[in-house]
Amino acid sequence: MIRGIKLGLLVVCLAMAWGFPAQPAGANSDMPKPAARWVTADHSKFEALKQDFKSGPEVTKACLSCHNEAAGQVMKTIHWTWLSPDAPPEAKLGKGGLVVNNFCIAMPSNEPRCTSCHAGYGWKDKNFDFAKQENVDCLVCHEQTGTYKKFPAGAGNPASEPKKMGPETFLPPEWNKVAQSVARPSRDNCGTCHFYGGGGDMVKHGDLDSSMKNPDRNLDVHMDAKGANFACTRCHTTIAHKISGRAYKTPAAATRISLLKDDQISRITCESCHSETPHKVDVKLNDHTDKVACQTCHIPEFARKLPTKMRWDWATAGQRDAEGKPIKKKGPLGPPSYDGMKGDFTWQKDVRPVYQWFNGSITNVMAYTKIDPSQPVTLAKIDGDPGDANSRIYPFKLHTGRQPYDKSNNTMVVPKLFGPPGSGAYWSDYDWNKAISAGMAYVDLPYSGQYDFVETRYFFQTSHMVAPKDKAVSCQECHTVDSRLKGISGVYMPGRDYNRPLNYLGWGIAAAALLGVGLHGLGRAVARRKNGNHDHQA
Amino acid sequence: MNGNGNGNKPLYLYTRFERFWHWAQAVLIIVLAVTGLEIHGSYTWLGFKRAVEVHNFCAWTWLVLYAFVLFWMATTGEWRQYIPTTKRLIDVALYYMVGIFQGKPHPVPKSERDKHNPLQRMTYLSISLILIPAQMATGFLYYFYNSWALWGWGAKLTLSTVAFIHTAGMFGFLAFLVVHVYMTTTGHTLTCHLKAMCTGWEEVGVPPKS
Repeated sequence: MIRGIKLGLLVVCLAMAWGFPAQPAGANSDMPKPAARWVTADHSKFEALKQDFKSGPEVTKACLSCHNEAAGQVMKTIHWTWLSPDAPPEAKLGKGGLVVNNFCIAMPSNEPRCTSCHAGYGWKDKNFDFAKQENVDCLVCHEQTGTYKKFPAGAGNPASEPKKMGPETFLPPEWNKVAQSVARPSRDNCGTCHFYGGGGDMVKHGDLDSSMKNPDRNLDVHMDAKGANFACTRCHTTIAHKISGRAYKTPAAATRISLLKDDQISRITCESCHSETPHKVDVKLNDHTDKVACQTCHIPEFARKLPTKMRWDWATAGQRDAEGKPIKKKGPLGPPSYDGMKGDFTWQKDVRPVYQWFNGSITNVMAYTKIDPSQPVTLAKIDGDPGDANSRIYPFKLHTGRQPYDKSNNTMVVPKLFGPPGSGAYWSDYDWNKAISAGMAYVDLPYSGQYDFVETRYFFQTSHMVAPKDKAVSCQECHTVDSRLKGISGVYMPGRDYNRPLNYLGWGIAAAALLGVGLHGLGRAVARRKNGNHDHQA
Repeated sequence: MNGNGNGNKPLYLYTRFERFWHWAQAVLIIVLAVTGLEIHGSYTWLGFKRAVEVHNFCAWTWLVLYAFVLFWMATTGEWRQYIPTTKRLIDVALYYMVGIFQGKPHPVPKSERDKHNPLQRMTYLSISLILIPAQMATGFLYYFYNSWALWGWGAKLTLSTVAFIHTAGMFGFLAFLVVHVYMTTTGHTLTCHLKAMCTGWEEVGVPPKS
């Protein structure tokens, strides 16, 4: 009887093992597969998308003929304005304003190149019409063919005829095919810009590069293409085209609560899904979540597949060959270590982050901010304080650089880099004074005519490339004298912190006790020999 | 020269429970000190996580043992062995400072009713009533650090203070351990005290032939 049951169970188990293909890790049978259709419309059947399109704005008009609120929604977001929606417009807080970084430094006066990453068409200078609805580029975020490419120096427009840029030839899109493919944004859509920030793959974010298009589980547990396969919007909850995430001084989330408490919240924090007590086995780890961000332990290193740029020294730019072409030198990790247009680069792979208290807000140095050139200038300063309940210890990529500043006015400068010869553009004329003059005149800021190079620092929050839990940072990497969190103040960490006088005193007393009993014992031994038969020792 | 008047008769001083308690406590103190020092950052051996796990396990074990000890003390009346006294305290101190080198007898011989000399009474009582509870209290606070705010203690206490006291307590145990181990050699033979704590029977010294 029992034997029969056992046999039956075995048969059932075998049938299950053979009959059903193994589920990828993290996949849930109730969850629609990536290929499953979520929506009730098939865009390839819409007449509006079968027109003979010649340009992006024509496609947008077709989109808006049904989605009549879409452009209005997009126009309120930072993806359109390139300005923080929570700062007053006169602060000009954003790439579209006067923020300075230590990559390509600043956007104004370089529009046609930089705005190839704008979700719009035609932002070629400051006269761009931000109110014109057909200027919104729906396709860059929604098309799913993977063939839609904006021309790198086309002010956000794709090539209208085959056009070369560097080694690559850019072809006009097959508009109908592209327009009919639209769907919710995938990783590729977001990655089109966010993997290539700073002018190329792997330049800006250490945790976002082309390796994240189809990462494996080791590179990112959530986006694992064969597993959970999250799209960016899975966490970056989007409402009416407003995609959640940090915007300059505005934290990504005001509170950290889980979906169990309120199912209407944005899923932007780890706690949204994982709660504040995510560790079920080693529950002591939950005692960290009030001070330590999840990322700090779960992203042990960034740039784990491809190297990321860690330093950019503009001061050495300008070397050209006999024909006047900028010199390029290949670096040991693959990407160039020197480019005559841009200067020296340092690349690094498997980078251990730096750690800081962070409340979700970053304060930027603007082109008008007074700086102290005697110190490295932190262009993106992490805000946070150990005493603040909203601050956590977070991991960052620290990108250092050297870049021009106004030596007399003590401000950073906006150089014009991109433009035709004679425009003052550095990449055509190779004269910093002309480039800075042109850039500063463009943004209506004073320039003394005297420049020098200053050391700068720029911090990037690291939230992607979440490793599998067995690869998380181990306890003793922080709880040790040589701690990952060496520079973090405001917390007492066992293993890292101790009271030095107490250590000396404690070991001193123990040593004194040992010495004392040693001498006492020696004394007894000597006395016993001397006293001979007077000793009571048997 | 043993003036206890009992001649050569061995004394049954330590019952089975006392011996078990003593040795369990000895192991716990050593393991707690070793893992505690690793948590303290003095060296790396088990790794921080494992050290914390072992340390916490031993801490909870000791709490249980301590409860049994208190119960045993109360029910057997053996707590009287720990009543401090100054009677002959100076004599005992002087014995260990001077008399022991002159081959003089111990001024307070052991008996079933009087297992501990005045110095021992004072030391063991301090350990049981001050050092162990202090370690338990600070250890408890250390472990439940995250609940302080909930209890309303967040502003009054800092982890560094708690860690300071807990570490100081460990050094206290360490110093005690050194002296205590040495003191076991001061009986009429080097190992007679040690043996007594293993078997329960304390052998009494043979008077010298002279």
